[in-house]
Amino acid sequence: MGQMEGPSLPDTELLKVLRTMSLGRAVDERCMNLQRQGRLGFYVPMEGQEGAQIGCGWALEKGDWICPAYREMGVALTRGIPLSTILDQLFGNSADLSKGRQMPNHYGWRDHRFVSASSPIGTQIIHAVGLAYASRYKGEKVISVPFFGDGATSSTDFHSGMNFAGVYKAPVVFFCQNNQWAISLPREKQTKSTTLAMKANAYGFPGVQVDGNDFHAVYSAVKDARTRAIRGEGPTLIEAVTYRMGPHSTSDDPRRYRSSQELATWKARDPIERLKEELVTRGALTEADFDKMQEEVRAEVAQAVQQAEKVGPPEPRTLFEDVWARPIPQLQEEIQEFEELLKEGVIRP
Amino acid sequence: MTDMTLIQGVNRALHQAMKADPDVLCLGEDIGVNGGVFRATEGLQKEFGEARVLDTPLNESGIVGMAVGMALYGLKPVAEIQFLDFIYPAFDQIVSELAKFRYRSGGQFPAHVVLRTPYGGGIRGGLYHSQSTEQLFASTPGLKVVIPSTPADAKGLLLTAIFDEDPVLFLEPKRIYRTATGEVPDGDHRVPFGKARVVREGSDVSVFAYGAMVPLAFQACQVLEKTGIHAELLDLRSLVPLDVEAVVRSVEKTGRAVIVHEAPKFCGFGAELAAILAEKALYSLKAPIVRVTGYDTPFPYSLENLYLPSVDRIGRAIQRTVAAG
Repeated sequence: MGQMEGPSLPDTELLKVLRTMSLGRAVDERCMNLQRQGRLGFYVPMEGQEGAQIGCGWALEKGDWICPAYREMGVALTRGIPLSTILDQLFGNSADLSKGRQMPNHYGWRDHRFVSASSPIGTQIIHAVGLAYASRYKGEKVISVPFFGDGATSSTDFHSGMNFAGVYKAPVVFFCQNNQWAISLPREKQTKSTTLAMKANAYGFPGVQVDGNDFHAVYSAVKDARTRAIRGEGPTLIEAVTYRMGPHSTSDDPRRYRSSQELATWKARDPIERLKEELVTRGALTEADFDKMQEEVRAEVAQAVQQAEKVGPPEPRTLFEDVWARPIPQLQEEIQEFEELLKEGVIRP
Repeated sequence: MTDMTLIQGVNRALHQAMKADPDVLCLGEDIGVNGGVFRATEGLQKEFGEARVLDTPLNESGIVGMAVGMALYGLKPVAEIQFLDFIYPAFDQIVSELAKFRYRSGGQFPAHVVLRTPYGGGIRGGLYHSQSTEQLFASTPGLKVVIPSTPADAKGLLLTAIFDEDPVLFLEPKRIYRTATGEVPDGDHRVPFGKARVVREGSDVSVFAYGAMVPLAFQACQVLEKTGIHAELLDLRSLVPLDVEAVVRSVEKTGRAVIVHEAPKFCGFGAELAAILAEKALYSLKAPIVRVTGYDTPFPYSLENLYLPSVDRIGRAIQRTVAAG
C-alpha cells in the first residue's frame, strides 16, 4: 500500500480537508435520519469513505471530468458545489438542476463537470474514456475520473473502459473505492484477483493500491496518476481500500450479511478520526476545535435542509421536458392531454 | 446530382459531415483501415486520420459508451455497430445512458450520438446477421429511429442525424445497400425527420413500409396496378419521430391499410401503426388493417425467403384487403 512520509498539504489546508470530510459525514447522518422520518425518499450514505472521496477530489483540477456513481457526495463537496445544490437534488425539488428527475444521490452538474450519474453499475467508466479522448482531441489538458466500487470491477463497462483507455492511452484515472461490500457480496466473492489494482496489468497500464482511509495516501496517488495522464503516459487504476460503514442504502440492513465485529474493526480506522488525530498530535487542532467544527457543520446542514425542504416540487409540465431536444409530435399530443387532465382536475399537482 | 448506391450515400454523408465539422468523429469495429465490413466508411480514415476514424476493440458496449462520453463533451460521434444483431451488449448503454442523459440531468447533459448499423434479412445471414428489432428502440423515449430506403435518403437522413441534437439510431437496410441506386444531390443534402415519403399515390389502399421492404412493396403495388388496384405507398423513413399526419391522411383517403415490415409481427412497429389508425382513423376504415411481417420465430437461415415478406405475399395482402370491403 502507498504510504506517505509526511503531510501532503499544509495544516491550514488539511483543516479545510477535515472540515469537508466532517461536512460530508454530517450530511450523511442528517439524511439517514430524514429518510427514517419519511422526509427524504431514499438515501445512499458514503460514511467511512470520506478519506478516499475527498482525498481524490482534492487532487483534481477544476477542468477535470468527474464520472460518479451514486455514492459520490464527498467528491461533490470538493468541487465547490454548494451544500444547498446537493440538498436540492436529494429532495428533488424545483431548484434541482436535474428537475427532480432522479432518485436521491444521482447528482449531475454540468458547470462543475460532474456528470449525471445513473443507477446501473459501471456504465460511467467507459463514458470517462470518451470524455478524456474528446478533451485531448480538443487540446484540453484535463483528465477524467470515473468513480466506482469493488462490485463494478465485475461489470461489462469496467472491462470496456479499462480496455479502451489502454488502447487509446486516454488521460483517465480510474478511481475504485473498494469498500469491501457490493450490497451483500463481500470483496472476496466478487473476484478471485488478489487485489483489484492488479487488474490494470491485463490492460497494459499501472494499478496501485492505497489505503483509502488515509487522505494523504489517496491524495498523492491521485496527484501522481493525474500528472502521468496529463503528460500523455496513459491511464492509471487506483484501488482505494476503504469500508462502507453504513448500509448500501436506506433500503438495506447490513446486519443480515456482515458482523458487528468487522464493522468495529473498520470504525477504528475511521478516516476522519485519523486525520483529526494527526492534526491534534501536531498541535494544529485541539479537541475543542474539532468539536466546534462538528457543531458548525451540523448547523450548516440543518439550515440547508430547512431551506431545501421549503422549496416546492417541480412544475407538472416539466415532466415532458428534455426527453428529446424538442417535443416530437407524439409527445406534443401527450402534453396536450396532460394539460386537459390538469385543467379538469383528473390529475393534481 | 450523382448516381450512386445506398451505401455510397451513407459514405458521402459521413465524408460531407467530417469535412464540414471537425467535431464529427467515426468509431467502430473494422471501420478504419478496412473501411467497414460493408465498406460504408471506405476512405475516411485515409482522409481524416486515425484520431477521427477510430478502429475500436471488439466491444459494442465500449463503442457506444465511448461515443456517449465524446458526446457529453460536445463532439458529434458517429458509431458503427457492425450488425444490428450485435448491438445487444450495448443495450444498457443505449437505453439506460444514451437515451436518458438529457432527461435525467434536466437538460444539462445532452448526449448526441449517431448509431449507424446495418439491419435486416435477405442476405443469407441467418439468426445473427439478419434481424430487424427496430421496435425495441422505437419504444425507448429519447431516441430517434431512422431508416432510409434510397441513396438520396441515406445521405440526406444521415446528414440530418449527424447535425441533429438527439441520439439517433440510423438503421441501414443492408439487403439493398448496393441494389438501391439513384441520383443523390451533391453537397449538404438534408432530409428532415418525421416526414414520410409518398413513393406512389393511390386511392384504394395505403401501404406502409420502410427500409428494404419499400422496393418489394413498390413492386407489389406496380403489379396490382395492372389489375386495377391503385395502391398508395408510403416510405415512413423515420419511425421516431413518426409522420402520424401522413399515415392518417392516407388512410382517410383510401380507407384501407396494409403494413409491411421484416420484424416479427407481435409487438412490432406495425402494431403501433395499427393502434394509431384505430385511434385516429377508425371511421375511415373499410376493411381490417393487415400486417405483412416476419414471423414470430427467430430469423431462419435456409428458409429465410419463406420467412421474409415477399412481393407475392405483400400483393396477396393488398388484394385481400381491397376485396374485404
